[in-house]
Amino acid sequence: MKLKLASMVLAGVMAAAPAMADLVFPSLSYRTGPYAVNGIPFADGYADYFTLINARDGGVGGVPIKMIECETGYNTEKGVECYEATKGEGALLYQPLSTGITYQLIPKVSADGIPMHSMGYGRTSAANGKVFEWIFNYPANYWNGASIGINHILDINGGDIAGKSVALVYHNSAYGKEPIRTLEELSKKHGFKLTTIAVDHPGQEQKSQWLQVRREKPDYVLMWGWGVMNPVAIQEAVNIRFPMENFIGIWWSGSENDVIPAGAGANGYKALAFHGVGDDYPLYGDLQKHVVDAGKAAGAGDQLGTVLYNRGLYAAMLAVEATKKAQEIHGVAQITPAMMRDGMEALEITEASMAALGLPNFGPEISVSCESHGGAGYGAVTQWDAEAQKWSLITDYGPSDMDVIGALIAEDSAAYAAENKISERCN
Amino acid sequence: MIYREAGDFKTTYKEDSQTFPIKFDRWGYYVILAIAFLVIPFVINDYWANAIFVPFLIYAIATLGLNILIGYCGQLSLGTGGFMAVGAYAVYKLMTAFPDVSMIVHVIIAGLITTCVGVLFGLPSLRIKGFYLAVATLAAQFFLVWLFNKVPWFYNNSASGMINSPERTVFGIIVTGPNTSAPAKYLFCLIFLVAVAWIARNLTRGSIGRKWMAIRDMDIAAEIIGVNPLTAKLSAFAVSSFFIGIAGALFFSIYLGAAEVGEAFGIQKSFLILFMVIIGGLGSIFGSFAGAAFMVLMPVLLKNVLVGWMGWPTDLAAHMEFIIVGGLIIAFLIIEPHGLAQLWRLTKEKLRLWPFPH
Repeated sequence: MKLKLASMVLAGVMAAAPAMADLVFPSLSYRTGPYAVNGIPFADGYADYFTLINARDGGVGGVPIKMIECETGYNTEKGVECYEATKGEGALLYQPLSTGITYQLIPKVSADGIPMHSMGYGRTSAANGKVFEWIFNYPANYWNGASIGINHILDINGGDIAGKSVALVYHNSAYGKEPIRTLEELSKKHGFKLTTIAVDHPGQEQKSQWLQVRREKPDYVLMWGWGVMNPVAIQEAVNIRFPMENFIGIWWSGSENDVIPAGAGANGYKALAFHGVGDDYPLYGDLQKHVVDAGKAAGAGDQLGTVLYNRGLYAAMLAVEATKKAQEIHGVAQITPAMMRDGMEALEITEASMAALGLPNFGPEISVSCESHGGAGYGAVTQWDAEAQKWSLITDYGPSDMDVIGALIAEDSAAYAAENKISERCN
Repeated sequence: MIYREAGDFKTTYKEDSQTFPIKFDRWGYYVILAIAFLVIPFVINDYWANAIFVPFLIYAIATLGLNILIGYCGQLSLGTGGFMAVGAYAVYKLMTAFPDVSMIVHVIIAGLITTCVGVLFGLPSLRIKGFYLAVATLAAQFFLVWLFNKVPWFYNNSASGMINSPERTVFGIIVTGPNTSAPAKYLFCLIFLVAVAWIARNLTRGSIGRKWMAIRDMDIAAEIIGVNPLTAKLSAFAVSSFFIGIAGALFFSIYLGAAEVGEAFGIQKSFLILFMVIIGGLGSIFGSFAGAAFMVLMPVLLKNVLVGWMGWPTDLAAHMEFIIVGGLIIAFLIIEPHGLAQLWRLTKEKLRLWPFPH
């Protein structure tokens, strides 16, 4: 009885789904739970950029953008529910901001023919466009990140780190385990000793892990953390007096929320980045005028200029640019998910185009092709200045070790293709 | 007026001891089965299957399993998530090792493997009970999750430690993987649920079920009247783990399609299913369904109402969901500590007398 009643009410809800007349971009965000601290700024940035495009340009090619937000709480079951709830509304692109949900959705979006962009997360081997037709992970992936981190350590040590030791503190999930294989290969190549230390979800308690770090005294610590795990790890590192300049986080472990709780102790902590930091870009003038002053800012509107807000902006910007490209290729304004995919595959982001968008020097140049869905894999290192309370880039966007990564991507995507009986495209 | 025994004469023992002795109930049961098998598969779409029916059916199987252990045999277990993980990883290894075998066989074997693991972790129940047993099964939960994280063999050495369910069929119909149609998914789970519920119902009213209940009500007295605690307790663990293993296998292969053990089968899952059992009603088959329905549908319903209809921000709605569901649970337990099943029982009592209660 209860079931039937609930079903009837739900049927009413589902029947009210609107017709397709917009460019629909679902935002599978998480503003609740242990990962909300990182989910909120990203979701705000993502939403604000679309709001800006609608307010300033009247949409893309004259068609307004409709963003449907759905709360996942970084939980894969809710992620599935959100996907099913939004895909019927003409969704053009999914960006779930969760490696777990990305893994879940890879087969689903491939079957339903909707592109997915996992920017700097998700399944690394999706960079191989020959196998993963619908999945994109430009401009960089975890294996690029691992390599860029090691490259930075190499730079500090004048190119020789044989005999040094590196510890990886990682979130014990698909996300945290991704870089291990690359780091193992790199450790063989460069002769450093790798120790992996797992932190279980959600990561509020890391005393034993950092005790292990203190005991083994690694020269460098890399971290693959997310959500509440980041500030806890940084605080623990401060507590054991680990030298902060030898502690390098992936780009998901390098936002203001992660370092501010540790106060002055976090000074000098490093994190990787694949886009610029701060709000010193012309685009922020437009954002202020059309979004913030108009009272349309998403969430509390207090995240502007933070690292993850910028990442949300960047993700939305790349989505809009791909939409423009798709409209250009197909000559229609109201594009379909398949056209969106074509647009993403033909995406070219150059310094000139970024400057035209008001984001000069914001990120590395991107060029996507049928074979490569992963971009060039360039990244930089940022460092936290606790006194000034800001991140700053301390290196240029540098390349990663594609000899090692390329082989691993080929191997992993071949395994996926064999498992799912996919024949290679782009031939 | 319509719901009563009067006039419903039974002339054989078989008729007298059937599951639904009242005609109205019996017909209701047939109608629900007919709708479930003959109507819903033709109208179901992806959203209904993946967001509502499939999770409900799978959680109902798991709740039935746990209800046998806690509700009928009185052995408190917090290892449900771990046992579901055993089912999930077992079915994954079987699916990848024997791709040509029917999924039905895989799911049943996964259930049997979970049975073995469940019996193993049920052994401490012979010496300890109550909260102490809960702690022992909690150890099973953490150990199993740790094991599936630690040993790469279980996830076929994949880089990320995720398990992905490849495309597998039953009699040529795809039931796992992304190309599965919504009715196939739904029917596959429904068949298992109906079978499991039928087994559970018949076990619990037979001699085995009576032994379980004797152990639950007072184990020393049960032993004195000739119930062997070893077989009674371990059989409860075995049947319960079998059901939970099936639920875990379906949860991974049909519903999620990809899973990582810490997130999908963590301690939260154990608590969720325990709540379903408590809300639904301990020692009741109907209660297992009601509890699972309540815990699966309520959040989805609230989310659709708050975000879809009222246009609230998603974070506010998500927090309100916690408050409302939590409040409802407390309210239910205060009004009716024996769960939704007892409410249903009372409703039936009232219906029998209606409209002349005196």
